[in-house]
Amino acid sequence: MKALRNYLDKIKPNFEEGGKFAMFRSVFDGFETFLFVPNSTSKTGVHIHDSIDSKRTMIVVVIALLPALLFGMYNVGYQHNLAIGANPGFWATFAFGLLAVLPKIIVSYVVGLGIEFAVAQWKKEEIQEGFLVSGILIPMIVPVDTPLWMIAVATAFAVIFAKEVFGGTGYNIFNVALVTRVFLFFAYPAAMSGDQVFVRTSDTFGLGAGQVVDGYSGATPLGQIAIAGKELIGNFQTVDVLGNPISTWDYFVGLIPGSIGETSVIAILIGAAILLFTGIASWKTMGSVFVGGAVMAAIFNMIGTTVAMTVSPIDHLFLGGFAFGAVFMATDPVTSARTETGKFIYGFLVGAMAVIIRVLNPGYPEGMMLAILLMNAFAPLIDYYVVEANVNRRLNRVKLNK
Amino acid sequence: MGLISKKNKEVLTGPLNINNPVIVQMLGICSALAVTSKLEPAIVMGLSVTAVVAFANVIISLLRNTIPNRIRIIVQLVVVAALVTVVSEVLKAFAYDVNKQLSVFVGLIITNCILMGRLEAFALGNGPWESFLDGIGNGIGYALILIVVGFFRELLGSGTLLGYQVIPQCVYDWGYVNNGLMILPPMALITIAVIIWVHRARNKDLQE
Repeated sequence: MKALRNYLDKIKPNFEEGGKFAMFRSVFDGFETFLFVPNSTSKTGVHIHDSIDSKRTMIVVVIALLPALLFGMYNVGYQHNLAIGANPGFWATFAFGLLAVLPKIIVSYVVGLGIEFAVAQWKKEEIQEGFLVSGILIPMIVPVDTPLWMIAVATAFAVIFAKEVFGGTGYNIFNVALVTRVFLFFAYPAAMSGDQVFVRTSDTFGLGAGQVVDGYSGATPLGQIAIAGKELIGNFQTVDVLGNPISTWDYFVGLIPGSIGETSVIAILIGAAILLFTGIASWKTMGSVFVGGAVMAAIFNMIGTTVAMTVSPIDHLFLGGFAFGAVFMATDPVTSARTETGKFIYGFLVGAMAVIIRVLNPGYPEGMMLAILLMNAFAPLIDYYVVEANVNRRLNRVKLNK
Repeated sequence: MGLISKKNKEVLTGPLNINNPVIVQMLGICSALAVTSKLEPAIVMGLSVTAVVAFANVIISLLRNTIPNRIRIIVQLVVVAALVTVVSEVLKAFAYDVNKQLSVFVGLIITNCILMGRLEAFALGNGPWESFLDGIGNGIGYALILIVVGFFRELLGSGTLLGYQVIPQCVYDWGYVNNGLMILPPMALITIAVIIWVHRARNKDLQE
């Protein structure tokens, strides 16, 4: 540590104004504050000073995402092996997933951080750290077969139009990772939905080549529900890629087809525990998303005229990106509601809206992304009315005391 | 005074750049979103609006001293409606396919804010020749933006221009896919925003 600090101090003058590498000043500054908590404090105003600055916050979120990411890598290999009827063992399965996912992470970070660094250098600002989390979220919420160039285009679009034009980290209205996904979803629908993209059937860098077995279908459970959703109640059963029936327990464990990081509720709950234990995500938002989804699903259960309506509340919470969105996306401190009461309203509506979109709109098997983006737009309004209500309540109290 | 005096030149060229109706005055955005998913309707729409606004300007300018102030909006509407009907019939007769694509938006030229804005702000106070130049200038200023937006939306959204394939097949074979979002209205809004961004970056005095 000491040696690193000394080395940074030694090369620092090169990056100061007039130094050799003055044009990379913000890059150096970004790395320096990333490695060491900066010891400079603001000169004006009253501030609370502790070591949990936003770079440290972001790293905790990335750590919380790791279980889901590692499980996602394994699951990519696992689904692939099911599809080609091979069983190469745990490590080969994981290696297949690692090779399939790693390029996406690299592309997302290189494109996003490249734009962030360029903008910071151009406006002579410090590098903003928000993309540390977005960069790992983006590969986790896309299907495994999304081409890399699409991820690059969508990431560039989201960073520029959802973040930099609003003023950078902390000013964005919409969650950047979800804007990336929504761009992919509407621009390249064939690569983002359907039953061809969620399981990789071809080889990855020559690894795991093989023929697809008979009876294979890559449809996700939510995709199957959406297809069957319009029909009246019959004998409906979700199946895995080989046609074997799967149950709520399988949704919970997560060895089912889906976007890379979203399938395993267990891995996501480990991340949720880390976020809640460190106090970085709000339990109010997170909990009320689950409550909202469950209540809405229960209401649909009572109506219960189509297959999609009869999916039980617990299945809704475990399937697709619901848990992932609730834990990692809805709790985004920038785009969600800020007021404590507002967090309950915001979370509840995210959950309810996600289930409404899933059940009532067969065109969109998954509603979590659209629900969170919709509520992102309403979050400032919720905050405004919560604050107004508080102001009125206190004004009334003054009147009564007179 | 020559036909194109210095003042008239400003009247004609101002709307093309620093006084553009779409990207500076923010008028006519709705039709700019609606008709620009392909280049051809964008061009036809631009020409139609240019014709209507130019001739409406001339007619209102000729009548400007006889129109009672209280009913001027109605008179303007009647003139515009008559011209729009003429344009619509011409399109139906000679460019039926494009007319189909434009659908109601030809009829809705009548509600285009640029028209009422120019009639109110310019034609009621200036002579017919200046008004004609003003109408041409504003119409072309509007058409210009529509064509730029239509160009990018058709190129990136369909890989074609005016219906001809421009992006070669080999690019698709490498895995390129047309961007479906460019066909949808949100991207028209974002494309116009980018044009405004570039325009303001080049004209410092327009920045607020």
